[in-house]
Amino acid sequence: MAAVSLDHGLILAAILFVVGFVGLLTRRNLIVALACIEIMLNAAGLAFVVAGARWGSPDGQVMFLFVLAMAAAEVAVGLALAIRFRQSLGRLDLDDADEMKG
Amino acid sequence: MTALFYVAAAIAILATVLVITRSNLVHALLYLVVSLFAVAVVFYTLGAPFVAALEVIVYAGAIMMLFVFAVMLLNVSADSPLRVPLSAWIGPLVLIAVLLAELIYGIGLSNHALAAGEVGPQQVSEALFGPYVLGVELASVLLLAALIGARHIAAQPDEAPAGGAEGDAADSGAGAEGGEA
Repeated sequence: MAAVSLDHGLILAAILFVVGFVGLLTRRNLIVALACIEIMLNAAGLAFVVAGARWGSPDGQVMFLFVLAMAAAEVAVGLALAIRFRQSLGRLDLDDADEMKG
Repeated sequence: MTALFYVAAAIAILATVLVITRSNLVHALLYLVVSLFAVAVVFYTLGAPFVAALEVIVYAGAIMMLFVFAVMLLNVSADSPLRVPLSAWIGPLVLIAVLLAELIYGIGLSNHALAAGEVGPQQVSEALFGPYVLGVELASVLLLAALIGARHIAAQPDEAPAGGAEGDAADSGAGAEGGEA
């Protein structure tokens, strides 16, 4: 059924990861930075699933579930941080947070 | 199945590039939903229907709903597009492109076919609650810690001066919640 080769799946994961990484480097909005981290985590999970599909084993999908739980935890804390960021600094620009003050 | 994979992969890459280039935050999040749906289709073509369903439900459903709620709560729509000038990140971009080309070249040297057939929810669940049951417990502890941590971080402390955002609905709600607690 699946005539897709392992390499193309891994290449897709690599491209998605790099696009998310470029977004993380170039965008200064906190929400967009969190979305880019989501893209990168999703690409890593895609690599796990592709590698699991190579041998027809469920381990890759199990690892994807763990990545999914971690991404959900990360985005919950990150968006809470975004709310505090907005309340204390008034904007969501990451360049505003350049000094350590409570 | 193969054509489905390549079409979905092209949509995923295109939508992800649009995510990081849109200056409107809501548009970027909508493209991110499209990208996640495309990755779900990729999962389905790879023979992982359970993970494809979870991708739609958890990523495109729950996590993106959190993002959209945060955007509505914080009342930000269009701020800070590409702040850093193009000349500043053209160097890192070229280096990353070279690294990606190397990675693609290295991966493409071997040509392994994927195993035929799909790995269904039953096999995944048997692995999840068999050898990986400790990981499931740890994931539940992690989610609980994230829940408590998010509530603690987002709650307005009593002594903090609410600087510059008194009229914000989120601010007053969080402040009342933290004050009466």
